[in-house]
Amino acid sequence: MSMINIIGAGLAGLSAAITAAESGRKCRLISVLPSERAQSVMAEGGINAALDTMGENDTPQEHFNDTMKGGVYLADPNAVWGLCSHAPETVRWLCSIGAPLYMKGKDPVLRNFGGQKKKRTAYAKSSTGKILMNAMIDQARKYEAEGLIERYPHHEFSCLVMNEGVCVGVDVIDIYTHQRISLDGCVILASGGMNSLFPGLTTGTTVNTGDVTAAVFFQGAELANLEFIQYHPTTISIPQKRCLISEAARGEGGRLYIEKDGKPWYFMEEKYPELGNLMPRDVVSREMEIVRRDDKCGDRVYLDMTGISEFCWKNKLSDLRQECIDFLGLDPVKEPIEVSPGIHYFMGGICVDEHHRTNIRGLYAAGECACQYHGANRLGGNSMLGAIYGGKTAAKEAAVLADDAEYDAKQVKRMENEEQNGDSFVAEQDYSINRYSAEVLKQALGIFRNEQGLNDALKEIDSRLSGNSLTKKQYRRLLLAKAVLLSALERKESRGAHTREDYPDRNDSEFQKTTIAVFDGKEIKISMRDIPVKRGNDNEI
Amino acid sequence: MKYKIKILRQKSRKETPYWQSFSLETQLENATAATALSLLNSMDPLTDTDGNISDKIIWECSCLQKKCGACAMLINGRPGLACSVRLSELKGGEITLQPLKKFPVIADLMVDRGILSENLKTINAWLSSDAFASESKNDILYESSRCLQCGCCLEICPNFDPDGHFFGMASMVPAARLLEELPEKEKTELKKQYRRHIFGGCGKSLSCRHICPAGIDIEELLVNSNAIAVWKRFLGRKI
Ligand SMILES: Cc1cc2nc3c(=O)[nH]c(=O)nc-3n(C[C@H](O)[C@H](O)[C@H](O)COP(=O)(O)OP(=O)(O)OC[C@H]3O[C@@H](n4cnc5c(N)ncnc54)[C@H](O)[C@@H]3O)c2cc1C
Ligand code: SF4
Ligand code: SF4
Ligand code: FES
Repeated sequence: MSMINIIGAGLAGLSAAITAAESGRKCRLISVLPSERAQSVMAEGGINAALDTMGENDTPQEHFNDTMKGGVYLADPNAVWGLCSHAPETVRWLCSIGAPLYMKGKDPVLRNFGGQKKKRTAYAKSSTGKILMNAMIDQARKYEAEGLIERYPHHEFSCLVMNEGVCVGVDVIDIYTHQRISLDGCVILASGGMNSLFPGLTTGTTVNTGDVTAAVFFQGAELANLEFIQYHPTTISIPQKRCLISEAARGEGGRLYIEKDGKPWYFMEEKYPELGNLMPRDVVSREMEIVRRDDKCGDRVYLDMTGISEFCWKNKLSDLRQECIDFLGLDPVKEPIEVSPGIHYFMGGICVDEHHRTNIRGLYAAGECACQYHGANRLGGNSMLGAIYGGKTAAKEAAVLADDAEYDAKQVKRMENEEQNGDSFVAEQDYSINRYSAEVLKQALGIFRNEQGLNDALKEIDSRLSGNSLTKKQYRRLLLAKAVLLSALERKESRGAHTREDYPDRNDSEFQKTTIAVFDGKEIKISMRDIPVKRGNDNEI
Repeated sequence: MKYKIKILRQKSRKETPYWQSFSLETQLENATAATALSLLNSMDPLTDTDGNISDKIIWECSCLQKKCGACAMLINGRPGLACSVRLSELKGGEITLQPLKKFPVIADLMVDRGILSENLKTINAWLSSDAFASESKNDILYESSRCLQCGCCLEICPNFDPDGHFFGMASMVPAARLLEELPEKEKTELKKQYRRHIFGGCGKSLSCRHICPAGIDIEELLVNSNAIAVWKRFLGRKI
């Protein structure tokens, strides 16, 4: 039986490790920092599941419909159906392992979240990620004590070990000792988003650099839908990053407005009477940009939370209030706060099928590093769900391979690895190593894009790529950046989080497809791949 | 604003520590100690106040929002999170940054806090079967889920020694949830470990409570957990 190596110890990695251990399998849980420091602990608003505990007759089918619609029909419908139909059992499982979601009796209370008409989001104040992680860490500890999970909590991914095109292991570097360790077995990547392409502009952690994605891309893994980058409408600027004001603030009654003719204009409510402030994030962010460009309007958008009840502040949003006080010196109970869109989530990433397999045998991906479930735009509350369900699915699939004798035999005959990577983790925290590329990427890959801007950025990245003083890590990051730009260029339409000023319409006939980027060792090739057709009776989406 | 930042540096576990000073100028009003470290590390090359070119400063960070505990260090001698301590609020013209002292230094401000999870493993901090807790305990369960495992409480605690038997509040806080959620019959082992590694060694001065950067209500959790793991046994009745 081969080992399962899991890179990343956030929700997706922990979920994979717990799933493997539950079936009595051994796995290694490898991460730069221990789980307590993963981005997943920052998740705030909640996790979606059609538990129907609020008397609204909610169903997994409606969750499916909302997810497909929110993602503008770019997600794999079979995978999404798996996600939504298993969501209630996933959240019940979280309760069973002791995650203190906000409960009434034995049922989680659900709140409203963007892009969904029914209450479907289970939560714990605005620290849902933290309490889910805490319960899952304890669960993993149980298996660690049983010897099933082996933790490598200060280890950085270096490269895949390949044998005849099959992934048979992974090399990691111990950050404490700088030693390289070669680990055999199949590999599940759960290493989070590509924040290092946009230093200081994302709501996530500095640790999720995207270097794992860049490294496996370099080694031949296909990436998908890279152009879809989610701008969360309500973020604030704090030193070195964007700080999220959770969608829960609007779910509980927060309202967006801009000054128009000297008066507040609640533009979302006027333009979208049905969902108002809770339209999907791509729509809200775009509208915010549009009203800010309007001559009759001011240039600042505010989030007015002053109408939220005292009960709600105390029981549901106390931590969000504290954050505003700490970071802005403003009390949102008393005054509106200025907000603007910030980069929050990468819908694209390592290309996987519904079983979370990549194009490389022996390599799987789950969580934010993978491209799955969210299509052109992710609904709030679906990402934690996707990470947990995806990690589980990947681990089940990897277990099948781990039992395969033919695969196991490949482990013996190992290929030579690449030489020592050379870049240590320390350099990672130094934003300047990609500051130059960051500025051009920021300009080209904003909420609105166009060919000229993308081409300019491409030129800049190309000239950097041809420089000769690059470390391997820098080179791969730039290569990844180039793949994002090429994907955005290729998609000559507007859909979800990708808005092209030069192609303002959605074009289903040509582009209701997945954008695939692959590196053949010399150049990046972009193609459009058909989306799988939904199986089963309920084919209409 | 101009700041002088003095950092206790150490190349690796084995080498001797030394102080090095840097000057930093920033217009950012709400710059934190973490901002200072990032700005220094983005200097090319990084030069100290004596004009010496030096290696980048090694430290850990992740969320930059007080949510992950990675950046705990001694800031002007007091344990805290670098990303939450504002430079403008620190008194005196000089700011000192040192690694936490109770944990082995890896390099500069990075320490090995592996002992925290080892201790939790020792006390059996997990659920052996499905959680069982009443809705009325939700606040306790929530509060005890918030521990960042940053280690600040251990740093300040007069009774915590990494080689000793007392595990401090970084073990008590997570245990508080499990003591509530474990079914009665399965609490025995955790209760035993709790008495041995937590209850026994604590002097209840509560310095830890004031230092906890997550603002966890340690006292309330402690009272609740002591009641379950210790007093209930002595009093022989339900509390
Ligand atoms: C502020 C904020 C609020 C959010 N709120 C919500 C919400 O309310 N609901 C929701 O559903 N989603 C939310 N999200 C999104 C969600 O939290 C994440 O998408 C999800 O947690 C990702 O989980 P993950 O396991 O894929 O990755 P992460 O939790 O990011 O974990 C990545 C892991 O990979 C490791 N790693 C990274 N690089 C390397 C490397 N080179 N070598 C080794 N290890 C590496 C890290 O150490 C870490 O352990 C929010 C995100 C943010 C930032
Ligand atoms: S109360 Fe005092 S002795 Fe007990 S853990 Fe806190 S600081 Fe240590
Ligand atoms: S109790 Fe507070 S100080 Fe101690 S480890 Fe947890 S968060 Fe840090
Ligand atoms: S970086 Fe996460 S607490 Fe400071």
